Amino acid sequence: MDLHLSHVSHRYGGVEVLDDVDFTVAQGHIVCIIGPSGCGKSTLLRLIGGLEKPSAGAVLQLGEPPADSRNPLTYIFQDFALLPWRTVRGNVSLVLEDHVLDQGARAAIIDDVLRRTKLSEFGDAFPRQLSGGMKQRVAIARALSVNPACLLMDEPLSALDSQTRELLMDDLIELWSREPFTACYVTHNLGEAVRLGHKVIVLSRRPGRIREVVDIDLPLAGRSAERASLEALQERLWRLMREEALAADQELADA
Amino acid sequence: MPEGPVPQARSVAFRGGGFAPRPVGIVGPIVFVTLLLLWELGSRTGWISALILPAPSAALGALEDLYRSGLLFKHLGASLERLVLGWCLGTLAGIGVGISAGLFSLARAGVVPLVSAIFPIPKIALLPLFIIWFGIGEASKVATIFFGVFFPTVIAVTGGIDNVDRGLVRMGQSFGLRWSSVVRKIILPGALPAILSGFRITASIAIILLVAAEMIGAEFGVGAYILMAGNLMATDQLIAGVAILSALGLGVGWLIGRAERFLLRWRG
Ligand SMILES: Nc1ncnc2c1ncn2[C@@H]1O[C@H](COP(=O)(O)OP(=O)(O)OP(=O)(O)O)[C@@H](O)[C@H]1O
Ligand SMILES: [Mg+2]
Repeated sequence: MDLHLSHVSHRYGGVEVLDDVDFTVAQGHIVCIIGPSGCGKSTLLRLIGGLEKPSAGAVLQLGEPPADSRNPLTYIFQDFALLPWRTVRGNVSLVLEDHVLDQGARAAIIDDVLRRTKLSEFGDAFPRQLSGGMKQRVAIARALSVNPACLLMDEPLSALDSQTRELLMDDLIELWSREPFTACYVTHNLGEAVRLGHKVIVLSRRPGRIREVVDIDLPLAGRSAERASLEALQERLWRLMREEALAADQELADA
Repeated sequence: MPEGPVPQARSVAFRGGGFAPRPVGIVGPIVFVTLLLLWELGSRTGWISALILPAPSAALGALEDLYRSGLLFKHLGASLERLVLGWCLGTLAGIGVGISAGLFSLARAGVVPLVSAIFPIPKIALLPLFIIWFGIGEASKVATIFFGVFFPTVIAVTGGIDNVDRGLVRMGQSFGLRWSSVVRKIILPGALPAILSGFRITASIAIILLVAAEMIGAEFGVGAYILMAGNLMATDQLIAGVAILSALGLGVGWLIGRAERFLLRWRG
């Protein structure tokens, strides 16, 4: 299943947030979305997942999601959004409980996703007992448990320290290499964008328009070895972002 | 190396700490016992006249008489029955109405102004009305407690639901959870801490109203006992009755504390 954003615009009251955003997320690819603060990245993601309706344009699913996908468009939130009163297993179980699954099948899915996110030993821990990185791995496990056709990630690593971020990025790349998933990945961090993206979409300041689309053809798994080309890419993205960020800053100061 | 004399080493003054009360279990009982002892001492030496305030030992004696006569459990039983009935009914109704007001705009628009208008009325002032409506028997007493408990429960439940993290609700929706699952598994557990602290308040209100209601036409009940003692100027019995109420309050508080510790154990 591919996702196509067809001329999506959105406004909140009189504020135009997104203007004619048009791109495609191809199956098995990670599309990174970057842009200055307040340009509408989170809004865009909410539109894609159906948590809000666009003022104009449409978000289209091209093709059917896989039959075994229990929740085709699945979010991973910046603040993890774990229920503090449920254990790790309980948090994963939450999103399976509304599906017809017998006890054994549900437990098997939970075991599988906890193993894939290296959380098997922490099934009975409560969120407050976990570090930030582990909490986000629980959220990733929860997302994987519903077999998403497309993951929608809104700055999934920005609440974490930089070491944890590196480790989790490696985890994500490993997960993808074993079983390629489709994802829209919103981030502020250009390093994450060039490490994880097959395509990087640079949005302008508000109202967010597509400023540039950068394709990165390097295979994900080999990227950590290609420091030089990644850095050149990052430099290029930063130059694009810099003007927008500066201008956005100026506007806020004037407002 | 800088030149000159070696600077003197001084440890940095500590200025953190405080503002973090921790439980010191033994202090409460010590204060309590000391006060009782001073009071007893004052009475024995005649410094406190027995007419003004009977000695704790006299109150204890009155309690013992009450127990011997077998009336203690009759009074206590009658009171507990009204308390439990009124509190449970009021709490159930309050939770039901509070949940609807927390979830549905229409219910909220109807209920919230009504609650704001009626909550501040002291229910004791309405007691004569309740007696006219429900008779002089049990029903009017239970109704007083019911109304006293109902309104604060509605407020606690509605407020608790309002304070549930909407991010968690969006998360539930984004995973396609059914509406009923979002309510049962996200909103209600999220509102539970506020609901339980509401219970503490409503339990105290229920005890206060219980006594007030029992002072009007009750044969048995702790309130009736206290009223009788007051009318006879039997201050030792009066103090004994007040001690029973205090113990009742402590017991209820303890029960709610246990419930909190069990239901909110995820807070650690
Ligand atoms: N529910 C809302 N109602 C009104 N305005 C909103 C709402 N949500 C977002 N906005 C506005 O829309 C604009 C875009 O917000 P959005 O959160 O999508 O930006 P963002 O690119 O994700 O920013 P950041 O990088 O800081 O996360 C902002 O100016 C914000 O104030
Ligand atoms: Mg955002």
